[in-house]
Amino acid sequence: MMNELQVITPEMTLAGLGCLVLLVDVFKREESNLTFWTASLSLVVVCLLVVVWRPDQPVYVFGSTFKLDQVSSLLKIFILITGLGAFFYANYYFEKFNLKQSEFYSLAIFSILGMLVLASAHSLLTVYLGLELLSLSLYAMVAMDRDSKFAAEAAMKYFVLGALASGILLYGISMLYGAAGTLDLIELKTQGMAKDSDLLLVFGLVFVLVGIGFKLGVVPFHMWIPDVYEGSRTPVTLFLSSAPKIAAYAMALRVLGEGLVGLSAEWSQMLTFMAVLSMGVGNIAAIAQSNFKRMLAYSTIAHMGFLLLGFIATSPGGYAASMFYVVVYSIMGMGAFAALLLVVSPNNSDEKITRFKGLSLTNPAASLMFLILMLSLAGIPPFAGFWAKWFVLKELVASGMLWLAVIAVIFSLIGAYYYLRIIKYMYFDSDDGANSSICWSRSVGTVFTVNAVAILFLGFFPGILMSECLKAVLSSIV
Amino acid sequence: MEITLGLTDYLILGAVLFCLSVAGIIINRKNVIVLLMCIELMLLAVNTNFIAFSYFLNDLSGQIFVFFILTVAAAEAAIGLAILVVLFRNHRSIDVQDLDLLKG
Repeated sequence: MMNELQVITPEMTLAGLGCLVLLVDVFKREESNLTFWTASLSLVVVCLLVVVWRPDQPVYVFGSTFKLDQVSSLLKIFILITGLGAFFYANYYFEKFNLKQSEFYSLAIFSILGMLVLASAHSLLTVYLGLELLSLSLYAMVAMDRDSKFAAEAAMKYFVLGALASGILLYGISMLYGAAGTLDLIELKTQGMAKDSDLLLVFGLVFVLVGIGFKLGVVPFHMWIPDVYEGSRTPVTLFLSSAPKIAAYAMALRVLGEGLVGLSAEWSQMLTFMAVLSMGVGNIAAIAQSNFKRMLAYSTIAHMGFLLLGFIATSPGGYAASMFYVVVYSIMGMGAFAALLLVVSPNNSDEKITRFKGLSLTNPAASLMFLILMLSLAGIPPFAGFWAKWFVLKELVASGMLWLAVIAVIFSLIGAYYYLRIIKYMYFDSDDGANSSICWSRSVGTVFTVNAVAILFLGFFPGILMSECLKAVLSSIV
Repeated sequence: MEITLGLTDYLILGAVLFCLSVAGIIINRKNVIVLLMCIELMLLAVNTNFIAFSYFLNDLSGQIFVFFILTVAAAEAAIGLAILVVLFRNHRSIDVQDLDLLKG
């Protein structure tokens, strides 16, 4: 059997390497790229550690506040992989704009550490601590562009709303603690099963749901997403839209799917409300946007609403479908922001959606990859985005919520419009000269290609990932 | 006459503090520092709840949670004030109403 320290070795290693990255950043030569390489290597090492110590059975350590199971291992692997992708894109962006912002890497590493803790959380205390480590690093990352009025404003809005959400979540946790007398998620589950109509418990649940809704960014707690996505630098937005989404899913799964599963009748009603509103507001508002980052922000809101549908099915299959969805979404979302990152340049940092006009003429390879990502986001077969939607809808129909599935499909059709519009700009409109000077380095080109090919691969073989997700959920969530 | 305070009294105190802080964040249109104060107040309301529950349930984990909240609140205040400084340097104002660049 593993001892306690062995179970948290990946987290401890990442914490140590995060400090190392800070030191390297101080002592390296000015022009060298050492911080980036150290940070990337740290993620690779930690990812290998997670892969090597994948447990068959759930392991509980530290007074069962921390749980290592297959779900957490799988989520951690994808958090680290998307984090690594974000580092490569960020490095390319900082080199292109000649920015010295290596603190990005250390902040991102600590934020990823918070995500790893959140993925393994097995007590409301660990959930809170992981969440705060993740969010506090993200606030600082948004504010990193310190001479920009937009970034400062976005960071302030994000901070105030994020702190408000944490406060509301904590208030809910205190109510759950008062009702159940425990912070442990398994004990909370048995208590919740025993007295499912306890008013204090339901009261706490409502507040906790607000917190989760905010972190996922679903309507009516979505106000921060468009502003923060637009205001922060593109690599930061890219990071924000990938790995933290997986962590937010982990939090929802741990708290709702494990701890409060006895109250599933109550929370699935509230989630239905949030999911329908998110898909509606997200997809319709995205059509009206002219800024690409803002458009993708609303698209994120719509996708997170779709993700909640898997929870509403309240079956292991539903949780697994949501897990597939969030992993695929974070890869697609990362690629979509990367496309913007490739076309902007110091001479022309215009982020309008019309920026992609005629891209296929000047850069056919990049447009082909971008085409794959956009079709996948729109949910068109045979790409991975289609299967993500398919699995969720299948579970929803299986649990007898046909009407909800119909609504979801209608909103997805509306949503397809703004993705296809980008494709039209790329392939059917003429270039107005803005994109003629695009050049991309070989390394970022490779990463972008891998990103798109991963979506293509998952589109042709969705069963590989889906069976892993299902196996993980079945072995971990009892 | 001796008055003993029960769990309900502490919970009411916590709820009043919590509502005050939420109202402060929503109603306040003037100063960002007041927002930061409201956030701290909200965490204190939660602490009151935790300590009351911990005492009346005879369970220590609530009080441990309070220590963690206090620590995180300190880190949160540090980051919040740092962002406030950045905001003031760029906008030359910390009025909530002036935060209107990002809209769409």
